Amino acid sequence: METLWFIIVAVMLTVYVVLDGFDIGAGIIYLVAAKKDQERRAVLKAIGPVWDGNEVWLLAAGGTLYFAFPQLYASSFSGFYLPLMMVLWLLMLRAIGIEFRLHVPAPVWKDFFDAVFFLSSALLAIFFGAALGNVIRGVPLNAEGYFFEPLWTGWHLGPHPGILDWYTVLAGLVALSSLTCHGALYIAIKSEGALYLRARGIAVLTWPILFFLTICSLVATYFVRPAVMNNYRAHPVGILIPIVVFAALAVMIWAAPKGKEKVAFIASSLYISGMLVGAAFALYPVVLPASTNPEYSLTIYNTAAGHHGLVVGIGWWSLAAALAIAYFVFLYRMFKGKVQVEQGH
Amino acid sequence: MDSALLVHRLHFAFTVTFHYLFPQLTMGLAPLIVWLKTVGLRNNDRVYNEAARFWARIFGINFVIGVVTGIPLEFQFGTNWSHFSKAAGGVIGQTLAMEGMFAFFLESAFLGLFLYGEKRLSPKAHWWSAVAVCAGSWLSGFFIIATDAWMQYPVGYSRTPDGSFQLSSFWHLMLNPWAWWQYAHNMSGAVITGSFVMASIGAFYLLSKQNVEHGRVFVKTGVIAGLIFSVLQLFPTGDRQGKMVAEYQPATLAGMEALFQSQPGAPLVLIGQPDMENRQIDNPILLPRMLSFLSYRRWDAHVRGLDAFPQDVWPCNVPLLYYCYHIMVGLGTIFIAIAILASLLLWSGKLFEARWMLWILLLSLPFPYIANTAGWITAEVGRQPWLVYGLLRTADGYSKQVSAGNGLFTLIGFMGMYTVLGLLFIFLVRREVEHGPAESALAAHV
Repeated sequence: METLWFIIVAVMLTVYVVLDGFDIGAGIIYLVAAKKDQERRAVLKAIGPVWDGNEVWLLAAGGTLYFAFPQLYASSFSGFYLPLMMVLWLLMLRAIGIEFRLHVPAPVWKDFFDAVFFLSSALLAIFFGAALGNVIRGVPLNAEGYFFEPLWTGWHLGPHPGILDWYTVLAGLVALSSLTCHGALYIAIKSEGALYLRARGIAVLTWPILFFLTICSLVATYFVRPAVMNNYRAHPVGILIPIVVFAALAVMIWAAPKGKEKVAFIASSLYISGMLVGAAFALYPVVLPASTNPEYSLTIYNTAAGHHGLVVGIGWWSLAAALAIAYFVFLYRMFKGKVQVEQGH
Repeated sequence: MDSALLVHRLHFAFTVTFHYLFPQLTMGLAPLIVWLKTVGLRNNDRVYNEAARFWARIFGINFVIGVVTGIPLEFQFGTNWSHFSKAAGGVIGQTLAMEGMFAFFLESAFLGLFLYGEKRLSPKAHWWSAVAVCAGSWLSGFFIIATDAWMQYPVGYSRTPDGSFQLSSFWHLMLNPWAWWQYAHNMSGAVITGSFVMASIGAFYLLSKQNVEHGRVFVKTGVIAGLIFSVLQLFPTGDRQGKMVAEYQPATLAGMEALFQSQPGAPLVLIGQPDMENRQIDNPILLPRMLSFLSYRRWDAHVRGLDAFPQDVWPCNVPLLYYCYHIMVGLGTIFIAIAILASLLLWSGKLFEARWMLWILLLSLPFPYIANTAGWITAEVGRQPWLVYGLLRTADGYSKQVSAGNGLFTLIGFMGMYTVLGLLFIFLVRREVEHGPAESALAAHV
């Protein structure tokens, strides 16, 4: 039962990153890819109807995490107190940037909201990557299962690390480059003309950086937490995950320059999913490793809610998930195709 | 009080109070927009259709602020109240996760269609998307109330040896009687906000002689809905809520009424200032025996005052509780009076010319917000000193490892952020009101 919920939460978080990832990515490439006001509005219109629906996945995944593993939610959210609050502020700034850019007529303010949208998107990508880096690296849990991490402690690893060190910043940069690619491909699908060409160009240019950083991060992870290999040794089928990751990378660089951005976008989604699923597979059944003492690590077993609650949850969760998928299929069908921005208003 | 506890309480109080300014209008406007669209669709009425679109624009702005200020609340269960989350997550994780899974997906998926899809959808499909958005926002409200109701009146749980709560009966949690009455009371309060805001904007248009035909629709819809729901707010929902407090939270009732001494035939205080030092009401204006009657339906019923309870289970801020409760009830009574008066004028066909009444409607706009906020403060301050009533103290629930300084840092950050959000909200809504609902005028503006 705990394993099932672990899979559900991992899948929901992955869906969140793939979906919100492209609109965050659209924000990262926004200033470079879209030069004219009309192009900027095209980018905003491409994500306008879907971005807050995508963000709902974060809330739903967070809610599900809270429900299934309350102790994990309590420990990790309070331990990552400051960075999570900053994530909240960035999410707010981003919402302000997107929504109010479309409504405020004065050009001065448009530039301001453009900058807000870009900065908050880029920082969010880095923060999310660094967060995953923290989870893989481990945090200084005490015997009661709590911790409190300072923001930085001189960039080095150890039993009492900070939120930001070279490893987590590397993870942040991987996230930044992968979402840049992901967002650029999405905008390429949704646009035409110069905007289309620039978005596709950004995807192609970012790819070598992404490839290089991916390899760095995998190697670094092996040295930071050798235990990540245990599950792969025990269950060799797991080796499929890195194969999918690299196959997806190959498909991206093959498809993007040929104008097959839909194929490349699917490959990029697979790449992101593969990276996240690979991390989850490596951690299982641990959900938050302790850097202090391995016995303090939080696992799905010592953090899960009571059995009755988890069983009941399967019932309503399945119903709700089926409904949610139905809405989203319907929504994307209504808004498929390139964005048209009419002249004037 | 422990300063970290104080900071974490203020942190949640500030963010939740600011947040709830927006959902109350979202949830209150949603059924009114559905109503406008229904009339517009059935009669093919241009004014009603334009009115629905106008309020949908206001709804959209309001919704975005509601979402972005709502996310921090879910986060704060973990960040600022981790000991509470660890203890109670086995139960309230259910309702909070259900909100995400059932309500947010529904709302957000159809809000996109509702706001951006009118040209792509058939009128009927667009009407359905409005209904779906309304249902989503009301479902969301239910799951939050069910969570709060469990904290007020815990049911369907068992406790593990380490003291944490585990769900033992899903249906008891869902069918908690406290949740259903509180939900009815709260939603009716939200519709009061929606109706008074609608009537107020309508009155503004009528008084300033612009968008007159839309203004009439707004005033008419707002006044009629305001009448229905301000009556429902008092009876049965408020009445039943009060009785449940009397039965299950007697110390809270004593605090709300600032009743220091237990007595038969207890009076109801209309106005007066609780004096905690001398344990009395200063300058009281009383209705004799009324409190006994309202709580127990007997004029001479014995009502327990604060003296019947040890001081460590008293609500920790009796004057605040007392004032908020009295503000809520007082304003609720005034809303009924305004709504009856305006309805009589509407019925006799004089409302749209009665400038004094339109002025009252215009000026009434902020008061439902105050009443709803005061009502929530009554419920939550009244629950103190407990997080889970009678079982888990607030002082045992906050994140012990997050220091007061860290908490204050982010509280100040939220204050800054919400000031900006509030200003932008006012700016954007003002623009919509200035443009007005008439679409030919809108085209001329841009």
